[in-house]
Amino acid sequence: MAHGQNLAIFRGRLKFKSNVQKIWGVLVLLTIVTVVEVFLGISRPAIFEEHHFLGMKLLNWIFITLTLVKGYYITWDFMHMRDEKSSLRRAAIWTPVFLASYLIFILLFEADYVHNVLFQGGYVKWNF
Amino acid sequence: MDTTIATGTEENVWGGGNRPLGASYGKLMMWFFLLSDALTFSGFLVSYGFARFKFIDSWPIADEVFTHIPFFHGEYPMYYVAFMTFILIMSSVTMVLAVDAGHKMKQNKVIWYMFFTIVGGLIFLGSQAWEWSTFIKGESGGAIETKGGRILHFVDSNTGERIALGDFAKHSPSERIRLQRNEGTWFQSEGYLPSVSVKEVVDGFNATPNVVVRTETTDETGKGKVVLSRDESIKTMKGAKYVVEGANLVHNEYGHRMFADFFFFITGFHGFHVFTGVLINMIIFFNVVLGTYERRGHYEMVEKVGLYWHFVDLVWVFVFTFFYLV
Repeated sequence: MAHGQNLAIFRGRLKFKSNVQKIWGVLVLLTIVTVVEVFLGISRPAIFEEHHFLGMKLLNWIFITLTLVKGYYITWDFMHMRDEKSSLRRAAIWTPVFLASYLIFILLFEADYVHNVLFQGGYVKWNF
Repeated sequence: MDTTIATGTEENVWGGGNRPLGASYGKLMMWFFLLSDALTFSGFLVSYGFARFKFIDSWPIADEVFTHIPFFHGEYPMYYVAFMTFILIMSSVTMVLAVDAGHKMKQNKVIWYMFFTIVGGLIFLGSQAWEWSTFIKGESGGAIETKGGRILHFVDSNTGERIALGDFAKHSPSERIRLQRNEGTWFQSEGYLPSVSVKEVVDGFNATPNVVVRTETTDETGKGKVVLSRDESIKTMKGAKYVVEGANLVHNEYGHRMFADFFFFITGFHGFHVFTGVLINMIIFFNVVLGTYERRGHYEMVEKVGLYWHFVDLVWVFVFTFFYLV
């Protein structure tokens, strides 16, 4: 934070007058996103339940996207990543993002494979 | 080509004194600690995803598991967790405000904002304790576990509504009481004794023709579970082995036992982070009250614990999504 504060969000489209104002603005944004998530979680609209993308319900993709949006604003504005040097930003953010994506990719593929072998192949018996 | 020798007065790579990442040692170390912690949580959440994708046809529906609000009866899915999420975000906001006040060297403001942050953390911890106790006691009416480890729920075939075990079990007089440690031959004791026995449930089931079994298998719509016909239900009930009420690491009345295991481990590990976060916040709070940072000339310690506190909030956002929404 030593280098002054960046008071704009949405790539400069929304500028705040002070840091305190920006904090409340981000709170409003996070609250809206949470309310949308809870609303979708309770109503579960059929249109998002029926359609699938890459093997997952559209609704789940929406939830994951909204979560990443929330994560971005918590890290960038509450943890002041926006004001840090890009070298620190890359070291602290891209490392776990890369490693976690890799982990998600291999483990979920493996789980899907295990599911197919066990249950489609009929190798599991639940009554004995 | 000239060769130049560093004199040591100007900033250069080997002379020291330069800060390539533009942050102090303590702040960098906090960031790298959070990085490793983020990887631990990714490990937890991805292994949860593994278990879920492996048993994708029989995973419990979270909306049916977490349906209660303190002091209210009835079914209100999600509202309470949403409230917990909001409390944690709110306490994150007071934390940033404390950091901001610290930059302006306003001691009194930092004290109040830190105080509200700690209160928010404590409300969250209390809510989580309540959530755990509801989950452990079980509020969905109990289930039967078969020899093969499947969980069977019961529904009324006329209305399609869930029926609690106690509503149809045939209460037969029994002298069976919970075994206390001082009565057992080898000082054995029993963890708990369900409110009804397997025999009572089976007798009640056979005597009530409108009760049918609801299996763990998800139906085609993906929103509900497959309900068996009466004949199939009778066949399935022959494998009845235990009465399960509530959840622990071995049995889980809500469905697949791994759901309960991951719930305890992930929310427990997160709750532990919140707990230590509150403790560290308290230490810093007292330091602020005593004027330690006023004398030091800067409030960077507040910023560092702030990073930890926001991280706890960040992790909860992900736990909320993967446990309660998806």
